[in-house]
Amino acid sequence: MTHDERKIAIPGEVIIKGKEFLPGEGTTKQGEEIIAQRFGLIEESERIVKVIPLSGVYIPRRGNVVIGKVEMITFNGWVINIGASDNGFLSLMEVPRFVNKDALDEVMDIGDIVIAKIWNINKRGIDLSLKLKGLGRVDEGLIVKINSNKVPRVIGKEGSMINLIKDNTNCNITVGQNGFVLIEGQNVDDELLAKKAIQFIEEKSYIHGLTEEVERFFKENGGKK
Amino acid sequence: MTTKKSETKSSGKFERPDGRKVNELRPIWAKVGVVPNADGSAIYASGDTIAIAAVYGPKQMHPQHSQNPEKGTLRCTYLMNSFSVNERIKPGPNRRSMEISKITEWALEPVLMLKDFPSQVIDVHINIIQADAGTRCAGINAASMALAHAGVPMKSLVTSVSAGKLDKTLVIDLDKEEEDFEEGEGPTDIPLSFTGDGKITHMQLDGKISPAQLKEAVEMARESAKEIHKIQVKALKDSVEGDKK
Repeated sequence: MTHDERKIAIPGEVIIKGKEFLPGEGTTKQGEEIIAQRFGLIEESERIVKVIPLSGVYIPRRGNVVIGKVEMITFNGWVINIGASDNGFLSLMEVPRFVNKDALDEVMDIGDIVIAKIWNINKRGIDLSLKLKGLGRVDEGLIVKINSNKVPRVIGKEGSMINLIKDNTNCNITVGQNGFVLIEGQNVDDELLAKKAIQFIEEKSYIHGLTEEVERFFKENGGKK
Repeated sequence: MTTKKSETKSSGKFERPDGRKVNELRPIWAKVGVVPNADGSAIYASGDTIAIAAVYGPKQMHPQHSQNPEKGTLRCTYLMNSFSVNERIKPGPNRRSMEISKITEWALEPVLMLKDFPSQVIDVHINIIQADAGTRCAGINAASMALAHAGVPMKSLVTSVSAGKLDKTLVIDLDKEEEDFEEGEGPTDIPLSFTGDGKITHMQLDGKISPAQLKEAVEMARESAKEIHKIQVKALKDSVEGDKK
């Protein structure tokens, strides 16, 4: 972001006036005025004005990679809780391996954690898929829950923040768009340091120069770099 | 309770018991994000009236038979704490609180885009921890801030204020003492809710008033609502600024 002071939008507030602007997410256009519909930070990218929410529940979007928990097994797939208002459904067809129809629980049992991608959202529900690299059941690691609106901050610009954590803790980190973060490290201490760093970012997500702040955090808490 | 008598001076000038001007609000204090467990929350205090609102959702509606696949549901629960008034009230819902819950739903629904949340429910819990008249207005103000804080898409914030008539004088934001005023024509209480651009979403009337005076009262309330709206906006903005430090 180029601006020093980021502006905050309140529902019903006129963000900007002018014919040239287009309403993005969280805004509407009334005549020449762009009006906010959500509480959050205003972001202008060229002509599109949008509001980035700061709080609230996770709203699933197509293409999101999420981390969820198997809630129920049906005859043709798994019902997965992804922390949204609706449960996700992972069909048998979307698992890229042979599955014995009589023993779905051998692939994934109730209570298992799974990384999946949302490939479709319709009136009936959220469809998940495992047909992509890096998706599938989680065997070990540490799960941290953060507010889903803070996920972009944890990842940083082009993954800068997440790479910083990875380098400093020697952990492999997967961030689900729904706010669940999976940390896999060599030992528990590394994982706990990564967890602490993520919670630090969540808490301080509004500060400017967050990356420097996190670098300082690692210096104080024994980062590896 | 001590009853200070407000006097209608011989000059015809009316004086309010607490010395406020007729269009003066009680001191207001508001803060957002007071309930960490909730998706959004706010506290709103107007004089001695304090309301806390917490928002949960949008989430799946249970039981399934109360789901509405056409549009989402707003579910408000207004409750007064047993210690919120001088004489202890029995805790739990009663006829009055159920009515106010419904009124709050109607006051807030016009600004929410519930069509975007089919089969889902937004729960709003309003607790009055101290009551000194105008609790439904304080509750609606807190709830509207809490909804915005929860990231629920809204057309505008809702601001609520009560107008009233004491004997023949129109006043804004009645307190308990004024509500119990018994001289002349007695008290008339008119709670009103407005959107940010001054449209009415809710209006009640308890007492007697002439149509001409009612119009005047609505205009007075609309002006005062603007003041409260500014405070609501400031509280929401401060919740972010505060975190920056």
